[in-house]
Amino acid sequence: MSFVEYGDTIKDGDTAIVFLGHESMFPVKVQHGSVTQTKYGVIRHSTDLIGKKYGSKVTCSKGGWVFILHPTPELWTMNLPHRTQILYSTDISIITMMLELKPGSIVCESGTGSGSLSHALIRTVAPTGHLYTVEFHQQRAEKAREEFREHGVEHLVTVTNQDVCKNGFGVSNVADAVFLDIPSPWEAIGHAKSALKAEGGRICSFSPCIEQVQRTCLAMEESGFTEINTLEILLRVYNVRTVSLQIPDLGKAAEDNSSTGLDSSSPSHQGSSCANLQQGTVQFKSGVPLREVVGHTGYLTFATKS
Amino acid sequence: RKIIFEKQWFYLDNAIGHIYGTTFEVTSGGNLQPKQEVEETTTETKEAGTDNRNIVDDGKSQKLTHDDIKALKDKGIKGQEIVQQLIENSTTFRDKTEFAQDKYIKKKKKKYEAVITIVKPSTRILSTMYYAREPGKINHLRYDTLAQMLTLGNIHAGNKMIVMETCAGLVLGAVMERMGGYGSIIQMYPGGGPVRAATSCFGFPKPFFDNLHEFPLSKVQSLLSGTFSTETLPAEPEETALVEEESNGLSEEKQSSLQETEEEPATEAPMDISPTEEQDTMDINAEDVEFKENKEKENKENVREKQIKQWERRKKLKEAAALLREKNADGLIVASKFHPTPLLLSLLEFVAPSRPFVVYCQYKEPLLECYTKLRERGGVINLKLSETWLRNYQVLPDRSHPKLTMSGGGGYLLSGITVILEKGKSDSSNSEALKMEEPSSKRCKLQDLPC
Repeated sequence: MSFVEYGDTIKDGDTAIVFLGHESMFPVKVQHGSVTQTKYGVIRHSTDLIGKKYGSKVTCSKGGWVFILHPTPELWTMNLPHRTQILYSTDISIITMMLELKPGSIVCESGTGSGSLSHALIRTVAPTGHLYTVEFHQQRAEKAREEFREHGVEHLVTVTNQDVCKNGFGVSNVADAVFLDIPSPWEAIGHAKSALKAEGGRICSFSPCIEQVQRTCLAMEESGFTEINTLEILLRVYNVRTVSLQIPDLGKAAEDNSSTGLDSSSPSHQGSSCANLQQGTVQFKSGVPLREVVGHTGYLTFATKS
Repeated sequence: RKIIFEKQWFYLDNAIGHIYGTTFEVTSGGNLQPKQEVEETTTETKEAGTDNRNIVDDGKSQKLTHDDIKALKDKGIKGQEIVQQLIENSTTFRDKTEFAQDKYIKKKKKKYEAVITIVKPSTRILSTMYYAREPGKINHLRYDTLAQMLTLGNIHAGNKMIVMETCAGLVLGAVMERMGGYGSIIQMYPGGGPVRAATSCFGFPKPFFDNLHEFPLSKVQSLLSGTFSTETLPAEPEETALVEEESNGLSEEKQSSLQETEEEPATEAPMDISPTEEQDTMDINAEDVEFKENKEKENKENVREKQIKQWERRKKLKEAAALLREKNADGLIVASKFHPTPLLLSLLEFVAPSRPFVVYCQYKEPLLECYTKLRERGGVINLKLSETWLRNYQVLPDRSHPKLTMSGGGGYLLSGITVILEKGKSDSSNSEALKMEEPSSKRCKLQDLPC
């Protein structure tokens, strides 16, 4: 296993995702002799996991079962231990594309935070690219380093513990792209510019508030960035349901047996009496939005250095 | 080569040797290279009104007539100067608010100062361009939706991907960019051959195509049932289909390069004259010469060449079939004009367990059906039907607001993860899977708990 390479079977030391049911899953570190408790019972790593194929159904002690999945940055994002607010896959995907990231890209990021975006960036730039990530919080930086080691991607990432607004990214003229998710991104625009390659590159800043965006845009303009563009992306998830709507009794059937009023619904109860109209329903499949309110994550401001 | 873009025509010769992102101004027929920063038009004496209570729309505020403006243009006067003249001859300009003046200048600049920036092709540029220019050709796949597909599909170097698309090769190109030439891609195609007009716009190096395979969709069933053999392929129709595809590809390529160049001024016009295209024309030339020299010999050679081509095609087909037969692909991406359900039910057979798949559809309803059918089939978990909304913002001091909302029109995605399908007791396990996964009903989860 590695976050940047698929493996077939589960091995000792792997991070695997235990899938219990819809949206209910958690990561486990696979270790000989170790056990994991789930609501369906115990999973014994040595016998239940190691050597099995990813995607297998594993039966737990109480007879319930779970699926064991290969880790991906997206699954990790859904399951990682939060140390900060994190970026989710919807924002991550547009960031990755708009920054034009691909294998071989050199990326600078700050702050590392919980490493949600970091894993996705590393996945995309592997095997020849590199991520320089800066986190001013020492404990978080340490924790991130540890995770990258566990996930087999430490060779693709350098974690630096310093303040990006004061000290920059620790590299200059190497990056194809810079990503900022800090409270005052405008203070880091200068450093971002010098981190980017001389021939140019892309930058993105993530901010929840429009005031932050305004200051950032101003700073970008002053630093000579072009193609400045701010956008917001919202995810809508739909539940697939079969809905049945009852047909109102307008007394039509009684009045007119060969009625044309209900011809669209179903011909089966066309000739039946009013009593059956209670079952007169129309069924259809619908995609129902999960929640009513779509949240706001943040504004994404992109620009080009050329 | 002459190129038409936004009612301007020009030659690209002068643009060679400049770095990407260089801005050019168009003169009559060629390219001129102005400096990177066009100095701000100095609006003398920042005089401005506060509101528009006294501004009347009488159609007479502009003192220059259409003919005057045309005369200025014909004289070949710089666009910048025309704008300046328009401002000077506008009676209401001074009464407008500062913001309105800004807006006025911007609008006029857009019209009279033709600047073109040449940028490097990328998924970002090409998908944005296709969505704006030719949404029909890519089934209205909006660029943020494409971005989701690449992420949900965990596309990265080293993958073995199956791609089925009828998006002019844009999705294929996006996947190729993310894989950077590592791993392999099997493109399933309908009809005579894969369409890769957009793919060629990326200007990928040749090694990227070494591990790009293609396989006809119409042979999927025989491959699954084990009756597939390359020998059964009808030779003649294949060949004509190939030719057809090539000519198709060429014309589309030309078309798309036109589109590219027809971008807004001051945005981008990725012009990579792809090596394949050059080769094509060269090949044709060579053939022409030979044609004149000796028709008979040419004919014979043609036949032989055809046979060789056909043989090579068969070999590639066999390779693709072998790759598919292993049934261990790392993911499946579908974005086509076809109904997704049958595609998915068949193509998922080739995907290894614990791998993501993503289906795009312009409409939600087919995906609803697909969702239900996949649940019945089993072997998939974490099914999710989603859509993204994209909102652009204007950010200017004291004038920040959303620009436009693009809801709908960007298409829908159905994504999920494959798992090992237990074939022995398919029925019971299916219902179990349903029970376990059904998200909406909490009752099921409660039932599951005690066991």
